Amino acid sequence: MAMIKSGKKRMPMSDIIYNAVCGIAFTLLSLTCIVPFWYIFCISISNNQLVGMGQVSLWPKDIHFNNFINVFKLNGFTDAVIMSVLKTVIGSLLIVIVSMFMGWSFSKLNFWGRKFWYKYVVVTMYFSAGMIPVYLNYQLLGLTNTFWIYIIGFVSPYYIILCKTFIESLPPSLEESAKLDGAGIFDIFFHIILPLSMPIVATISVFAAVGKWNSYMDTKMYIRDSSLFTLQYILYNYMNSATELAKAMASDSAAMQGVDLSKAITATSVRMTVAMVVTLPVLFVYPLFQRYFVKGIMLGAVKG
Amino acid sequence: MKQSSNNQKKRTVPLIKQEGFQLFLCNLPFLILIFLLSYLPLRGWAIAFFNYKPGVPLANSEFVGFKYFLRMFQDKYAIMDIVRVLSNTFAMNFLGWITAPIPMIFAVFLSDMNGKWFKKAVQTITTLPHFISWVLVYAVAYSMFSVGDGLVNRLLMDFGLVEAPINFMIDPSAAWIKMAAWGLWKGFGWSAILYFAAISGIDQELYEAARVDGAGRFRLMWHITIPHLIPTFFVLLILSIASFLDTGMEQYLLFANPMKLSKLEVLDLYVYNLGIAGTSYSYATAVGILKSLVGIVLLVSANGLSKRIRGVSIM
Repeated sequence: MAMIKSGKKRMPMSDIIYNAVCGIAFTLLSLTCIVPFWYIFCISISNNQLVGMGQVSLWPKDIHFNNFINVFKLNGFTDAVIMSVLKTVIGSLLIVIVSMFMGWSFSKLNFWGRKFWYKYVVVTMYFSAGMIPVYLNYQLLGLTNTFWIYIIGFVSPYYIILCKTFIESLPPSLEESAKLDGAGIFDIFFHIILPLSMPIVATISVFAAVGKWNSYMDTKMYIRDSSLFTLQYILYNYMNSATELAKAMASDSAAMQGVDLSKAITATSVRMTVAMVVTLPVLFVYPLFQRYFVKGIMLGAVKG
Repeated sequence: MKQSSNNQKKRTVPLIKQEGFQLFLCNLPFLILIFLLSYLPLRGWAIAFFNYKPGVPLANSEFVGFKYFLRMFQDKYAIMDIVRVLSNTFAMNFLGWITAPIPMIFAVFLSDMNGKWFKKAVQTITTLPHFISWVLVYAVAYSMFSVGDGLVNRLLMDFGLVEAPINFMIDPSAAWIKMAAWGLWKGFGWSAILYFAAISGIDQELYEAARVDGAGRFRLMWHITIPHLIPTFFVLLILSIASFLDTGMEQYLLFANPMKLSKLEVLDLYVYNLGIAGTSYSYATAVGILKSLVGIVLLVSANGLSKRIRGVSIM
C-alpha cells in the first residue's frame, strides 16, 4: 500500500527540503564516524615514505600490505593476538554458559533459598569495595599476573538478570515433559533450555565478546608479565610511549637494512596498522549482529 | 487435595535428593566465586584505618583510626585535590547532561525521514564508535588531531587556514569540552537506539489524527514524538545521577598528559593515581570507601526520585 501511495502522490516540496537537509546533515554525521577508520586504513596500506611526508590523506597511495606482515614480526605481537583471542573466546563462553545456567536456576521456584541467593547475587551490582581493596584481593587470591585475571569475572549479575527474564518467558511445558522422561538437570539445561534461548545467547555473546576484546585496564592493573599482554594493551603502549614502540621495533632493525624504505616500518605505520588490526574484527562483526544489540539494549531497559 | 499430597511427598524426600537443592549445589561454585570476588574485598576496607604498607600484615601495622578520612577534610593540600577532582567529575557529568538530548533529537529527525535504506545505514554507522575500545578512540584522536600525522591538521594546512599545525592533543584548553565531545562521538548513536525503539512503539493513529487536524511535521514531532520520549529520557537522566561518581577512568587515563592531568583527573583516576600508580594505599582506600558510600546514597535517592516521579524503581 505504501508503494502505491508513493507512486501516485508526488512528495510535497516541504518533504523534499526536509529530506535533503536531514540527508546532508546525517551523511556528514556518519562520515565523522567512518572517515577516521578509513584514514587509518589508508595509512596502513600506503607507501610509508609518502605517509611520512604527509602526502596521504583520504586515498591510499602506492598500495602495499607489508605493514601488516611487519607488525606480526614485532616483539610480542603474535603472542598478543593469541592472548586477545583466547581471552575473548574463553571469557565470553564462560560468561554465556554461567549466566544462562544461573539465570535458569533462579527462574526455578524450587531453587533452595532462591530469594536469598538471588539478592546475594544481584546486590553485588550496586556496590564495589573500591579499586585498592579489589586489587589487594586479587593479589591475595594469587590471580595477579595470570591468565585468570581475564576470565575469572564470569559471574555477572546483569547478564544473569537478562537470562532469567528471557527464560521466564519460555513455555514451562517443554521442561516438564522432559522431566517426565527422566532428564536430569544438565540434560534439561543443555538440551532444552539452551537451544530455546538462542536469541539471548547471541545477544550476550556479542556483548561479552566485544567487552573482552576491548578491555585494557585489566592488563594495565594486574598484569606485568609481557607474555600475557593483549592487543589493546600493546596498542595502548605503542600510542603512549615512543620508547615502548622502539623496543618492539628493535628486533626488526637488523633485518631492515637494505629494505625498500617505502615499505619499511615507521612509528606511524606501526601505530596505525596495529590500530587497524584491533578494529577489523569489530568492524566485521558488529553490522551482522546489530539486531542482537538492539534486542539486548531493549531487554536491559526492562529490568528483571 | 493434590497439592497437599505433593507437599507431604516433598517432606519425606531427603534434602540431597530434592531437585531444588541439587540445583543449588550446581550453582554453589559460582556463589562461592561471587563471595571471593565481590564480598571478600570488603575486608580490605580495614586498611583505611591502618598505616598500611604492602607486605606488612595489618596486625603489625599502626592503627590510625579515622586519620585518612579526616585528611580529606583537614589537610590543606588534600582539600585542594579533592575539590579539584570533584569539580572535574562534576564538570564531566554536567556536560553529559547538557548533551543528553542530542541522541533523542537525532533519533526524532532521522526516523522522520523517507528512505529505509538510508536510515538503516546511518544507524549502523553511528553505532560503530560504541563498539571500539577507548584505546582505539585515542588512536583515532591521534590519527585526526596529532601534529605530524593528523588529518585535520593536514587539511587545515592544505587549505591555508592555519600557519602552523595546532597541537590539539597536548593543548590543555577546553579539556573538559573535548572529553565530552569524544564521549558524545562514541555514545550518541548507541543512546539513540533506545529512542528509535520508543518511536517505533508510538501509535500511528495519533499522527494520523493530528495530520487530519492540519498539524505539520514539526508540530507532530513537538506534540507527539517528543512527549513520548520524555519518560525514556528521564530514566537515563536518573540513572546518570545514580552513577554520578562513576565516570570511569579509561578515557581520562588515556587522554591525560602532564599538562592536562589537573583538568582530567576525575575521582576514579585520582584513586588510581594515589593507590595503584602511587603508594598511598590507605588514603586511596579511604577515598574509595567514601566514594562507595556516597554512591549508594545517590543510588537510593535516585531510586526514590524515580519512584516518586514515575512510580517505577530503577533498582
